[in-house]
Amino acid sequence: MKADPAGVLTGAHYLDGDFACGEGAMAAGCRFVAGYPITPSTEVVERISRRFPTMGGTFIQMEDELASMAAVVGGSWTGTKSMTVTSGPGFSLMMENIGLAAMMETPCVVVNVQRGGPSTGLPTMVGQADMMQARWGSHGDYEVIALSPQSPQEAFDLTVEAFNLSEIYRVPVMFMMDECVGHMTERVVIPEADEIEVVPRRLTEQSKEEFLPYRLNGHLVPEFARAGDGYRFHTTGLTHDERGYPLMSADCQEACVHRLVDKIRGAGDDLTHIEEDGTDDAEVVVISYGITARVARMAITMARERGVPTGSVRLIVVWPFPERVITELAGRVAGFVVPELNYGQISLEVERLAAGRCPVWHVGHGGGTVHDPEAILEKILEAAKVAA
Amino acid sequence: MGKERDQSERTPGRIEIRITGFGGQGVVLAGHIIGCACAIHADKQATLIQSFGPEARGSACSATLAVSDGEIFYPYIRRNDIFVAMSSEGYEKYHHELRDDGMLIYEQDLVHPTFKPGQKAAGVPSTRIAESLGRAIVQNIVMVGFFAGVTRLVPEEAMREAVLGSVPAGTEELNLKAFSAGLDYARREITTPTLDLKRPPAEGVPA
Repeated sequence: MKADPAGVLTGAHYLDGDFACGEGAMAAGCRFVAGYPITPSTEVVERISRRFPTMGGTFIQMEDELASMAAVVGGSWTGTKSMTVTSGPGFSLMMENIGLAAMMETPCVVVNVQRGGPSTGLPTMVGQADMMQARWGSHGDYEVIALSPQSPQEAFDLTVEAFNLSEIYRVPVMFMMDECVGHMTERVVIPEADEIEVVPRRLTEQSKEEFLPYRLNGHLVPEFARAGDGYRFHTTGLTHDERGYPLMSADCQEACVHRLVDKIRGAGDDLTHIEEDGTDDAEVVVISYGITARVARMAITMARERGVPTGSVRLIVVWPFPERVITELAGRVAGFVVPELNYGQISLEVERLAAGRCPVWHVGHGGGTVHDPEAILEKILEAAKVAA
Repeated sequence: MGKERDQSERTPGRIEIRITGFGGQGVVLAGHIIGCACAIHADKQATLIQSFGPEARGSACSATLAVSDGEIFYPYIRRNDIFVAMSSEGYEKYHHELRDDGMLIYEQDLVHPTFKPGQKAAGVPSTRIAESLGRAIVQNIVMVGFFAGVTRLVPEEAMREAVLGSVPAGTEELNLKAFSAGLDYARREITTPTLDLKRPPAEGVPA
């Protein structure tokens, strides 16, 4: 369906990434946000709390991040598209209820404007070190989807995509911005409402008598009934059967949890969203995401000018990882260079897929600022030299 | 950032700007207006980055802009072509970054620069002008007007539109007056040539 015009600020704007993310959420149909504002994500909820009254949305400033995430789960179960916004320290506190959201199959979006960590770290400065936490932060087995924008324009576009994916797969979607993109101001073009595709909640068409909340209907993702609509309603973080009632058995665990994993892992190419450039004849391929992809772009240009055929894979959907693409490239390139604002996270995933067929050069940096393009260039040249 | 980069490299069609002042002077708003004028009201791309930190309350704070005719990949500035200094502390902190052939624009009552041969410099008593309009708070808008007149980075009208779109409702008239006052001062007092925005491309520099 098309976006509700009430939430769409059509036009060309000069916005920072945080504001653009907020606009993307409103355009996607988000009408409930609960959060505990934290630098460098505060502007997202500033924007939303100012604009929500014009479109019937509700923002609650909660007492902390645990409560924020709990409120988002509850909000979503009323059928309202729901989101919370935070940075590293708050992200850690949200993990318990992110697991609850995953277990109950609650569509929602969690925005993390990453700053330098661990702990309170660098409140006002950039980091990209929560990428593994986004995937593994809550206990137990589950899969999520994570996206990473490289510009304010993408903060808008991909927030819409994040909501759509959360509705299709009924998972919490991690929107992994970083402080640089969040606080960077650029031209953002917001299209007309009828040019924005949004995915509505897939409500069940079964009768109240026959509906069971976790019974599958030809699809790995169950249909949804809103709390309060009169449908049989039970949902829990405990391992549950198709009625949503707790059932403590290995068989039920297998049926319940394996599906949480399969619905994402089995999606394959449907969830691959990358930007590939010059990989056809590349000797070295740079794999990057978020702000680092823009910095890497400069290094790639310099490497090409020095005669090294250098390709680029930019991860837009980071989780699930584009395994097929990386595996295929590993068989024909001389090496991967993975710059990121941490000491090795996505590079480990690349190493896993390269599986020893080509070397992986991590260009690490603890955050606080972006890479020097020259540091990335140096590794590209080194990778090319080793190959020669 | 690293130590050994070649700072003489310059990307054709790209202008790097730093604006600095003390917290409360409206440094970021000035940057926002200039960026907005370029990216929304004129045919350029502009990426604004604000230095954002605990130090940005009361002491030196700054905003940077990369302005380009084409797409901007690398959003940060390395050596600025234009340096706008609205406070002495900001000037001291950042003046070394200005290119040897760059342009310094400064609040002449607050900043006492060391002039370097090859660099252009243009001063304006923007605080006094703002005070003469009744509100010192519009000092930054006077500076934006002066900037528009001195650099001619984008047409005046684009800059004026950006001022209008960026200031609080009810203050438009005062801010437009401030903008015009800065612009007029530039026209009246500054006779040196404007910054040459169409330098020949340096060799081996990424476009």
